[in-house]
Amino acid sequence: MFVTPAHAESTPAGTAEAGHGTEAETHGAPAVGETHTETGVAHDAGHETGVFPPFDQTTFASQLLWLAITFGIFYIVMQKVIVPRIGGILENRHDRIAQDLDEAGRLKSEADAAIETYEKELAAARAKANTIAGTARDAAKAKADADRAAVEAELAQKLAAAEARIGEIKAKAFADVGAIAEETATAIVDQLIGGPAAKADVATAVASASAKQEG
Amino acid sequence: MANDPTHQFLIQKIVPIEIGGIDFSFTNASLFMVATVAAASAFLYFSTTSRGLIPTRSQSVAEMSYEFIASMLREGAGSQGMKFFPMVFSLFMFVLTANMLGMFPYFFTVTSQIIVTFALALFVIGTVLVYGFYKHGLGFLNLFVPHGVPGALLPLVVTIEIISFLSRPISLSVRLFANMLAGHITLKVFAGFVASLGSLGALGIGGAILPLIMTVALTGLEFLVAFLQAYVFAVLTCMYLNDAVHPGGH
Repeated sequence: MFVTPAHAESTPAGTAEAGHGTEAETHGAPAVGETHTETGVAHDAGHETGVFPPFDQTTFASQLLWLAITFGIFYIVMQKVIVPRIGGILENRHDRIAQDLDEAGRLKSEADAAIETYEKELAAARAKANTIAGTARDAAKAKADADRAAVEAELAQKLAAAEARIGEIKAKAFADVGAIAEETATAIVDQLIGGPAAKADVATAVASASAKQEG
Repeated sequence: MANDPTHQFLIQKIVPIEIGGIDFSFTNASLFMVATVAAASAFLYFSTTSRGLIPTRSQSVAEMSYEFIASMLREGAGSQGMKFFPMVFSLFMFVLTANMLGMFPYFFTVTSQIIVTFALALFVIGTVLVYGFYKHGLGFLNLFVPHGVPGALLPLVVTIEIISFLSRPISLSVRLFANMLAGHITLKVFAGFVASLGSLGALGIGGAILPLIMTVALTGLEFLVAFLQAYVFAVLTCMYLNDAVHPGGH
């Protein structure tokens, strides 16, 4: 509808052309002759009158007609062929880019999902490793504790036996010390006084001496 | 004659055609309109034949022009304005190709003819009017009544808005026409200096260097103007179409 001005210009011209087509054909020769003379007149007139060519009104009708024809054809070619064509190319590219972007988005979400699963599994594995290590550590610790307790018990037992034995030997030695001292004292007294001393007196003296030493 | 800077705008008949006493000859202007349409269509068609997912250089250029106009229209007239995309794209490509073809020496510049730019501007304004009234009925006239204007000022403001609307096709067409015309005349004048000074012997050749530098610089500038004017034409088209889609929306 917005071509109306152009069509409006071309239609009367078109009908005029169609109407006069046969006429022009029938007496084509004189018409050509006529226009030839007219051309010369127009040419001369153009130069003689000195009309500025763009304002020469004798050319307006021809220019309008040919502009209407050429621009009309150009408009139709643009509307029917070129504009849908380039528009189609651009739309096609636009669709393709949108499609590729969608595909890229889909692949990205897939990759994200894969990373998430991977991380989840990694976390699970780590937790499992931790529990295994924990139990192993606990077991080892318990075993070490038990071993140490056994060793300590054994050592304590041996120590106790050794102490008991030492005590026994000590007691025996102390018992022997009294007898040796009595004998020695008897022998010393013998030598000093030249006769045997009363055994009971010596024992009392030794006992009191050792008591003094200990006290 | 060769140095006449307006000679390049002269319309010359190639195939004389006369219908009902009106001259509809196929002229050099018509030839370059056909060339413009053919060049633009062929480039856009053949650069996109491979329909590559990864564009080639020429396909990239075609896609860039498409997206350039699409974003311009979306920003200018919103997503509802996108139904005008083929129209704005055709206008932009036509004007740009015509301007660029005009930069070739000895080529005719289609857009240096006021009637051509005026017809294109009327096409735009006509579309705005037809679509605006079709879509919004008399509500389209809200375009001339801005919001928040005190009642006493309203007649004045509405008058100004109507004058500004009516001057649009004139400013739109004259801007493109005058830019192309003035640029090509300036280029021709400076290039003419080079030729006339160069024929004056050794001193003249030395003196011709300055206009030659100017000609080279102006050629660069004219390529910029050729693109810029096509861009401006398309941007203004988008703005005017915005009025048709959202009247009173400003």
